[in-house]
Amino acid sequence: MKAKVIVTLKNGVLDPQGKAIKGSLDALGFAGLNSVRQGKIFDINLDETDKEKANAKIKDMCEKLLANTVIENYTIQLIE
Amino acid sequence: MKSALIVFPGSNRDSDMIKASTKISGNAPTLVWHKETTLPDVDVIIIPGGFSYGDYLRSGAIAARSPIMEAVKLAANKGTKVLGVCNGFQILTEAGLLPGVLMRNKSLKFVCKSVKLEVTNADSDFTSGYDEGQVINCPVAHHDGNFFADEKTLAEIESNNQVAFRYANDTNPNGSLNNIAGIFNKQKNVLGMMPHPENLIEKAHGGTDGRALFEALLGKQLGAKS
Repeated sequence: MKAKVIVTLKNGVLDPQGKAIKGSLDALGFAGLNSVRQGKIFDINLDETDKEKANAKIKDMCEKLLANTVIENYTIQLIE
Repeated sequence: MKSALIVFPGSNRDSDMIKASTKISGNAPTLVWHKETTLPDVDVIIIPGGFSYGDYLRSGAIAARSPIMEAVKLAANKGTKVLGVCNGFQILTEAGLLPGVLMRNKSLKFVCKSVKLEVTNADSDFTSGYDEGQVINCPVAHHDGNFFADEKTLAEIESNNQVAFRYANDTNPNGSLNNIAGIFNKQKNVLGMMPHPENLIEKAHGGTDGRALFEALLGKQLGAKS
């Protein structure tokens, strides 16, 4: 099974990189931007075929390593 | 005092830390590779600065899950003193031994300069050589030193007097909340700090303000000269 994990900064956590990217987009002339937040995507390929078990396993991975839950949220998308 | 120093792939301030510890205490720390699962019987564990695992994923994230860290956690929970400097501080937060997290500097720039530190809590085995409120010099060199914790955690850190050092005189180099430069765990046997006291221990460094920390932590050898 394949999965996509998206890790983003929690609301209220300062994202200086996102701010700098927004500044650069503004400078390139993209008008009307309210904000840009930077995150991470992990493409994971695993042996597990059971969706529920795969989801539980990846959730464990997120909690233990992929996200720092002090500042980050994560979402899991299972893809076939 | 006997000490152990943990070495990760990408540690690069280990030599400075070994020199400082040895010069001041007269005892060289035992070097422990991160793949080990047990620690020698020591009073102090030191996690030096550097860029363990190239800062992959998040600074300190991979190192914090290294085999040796389970032994460090066990020792810390039994009261062994643990000092983490710079990347060592990042590793200790990622390992859950200290609260909060060190984020990218607010300026997005790597900062390498001398800052002023206020000794906020001098009542610990690490800081007892200083006076409370004393302002010392200390160099910093980091990209991810911007201390963050949620409001509740930050309030707890403050009310438990867990702040060891704060950036003073408007020298906060990274945007850290409450100017936090170094914090203890609740029991005050674990200290993490971004500045490098090991780089200010002899006159040739341009000052000796870092000595008192090592003298308090490791004991001063007789006849030690600055």
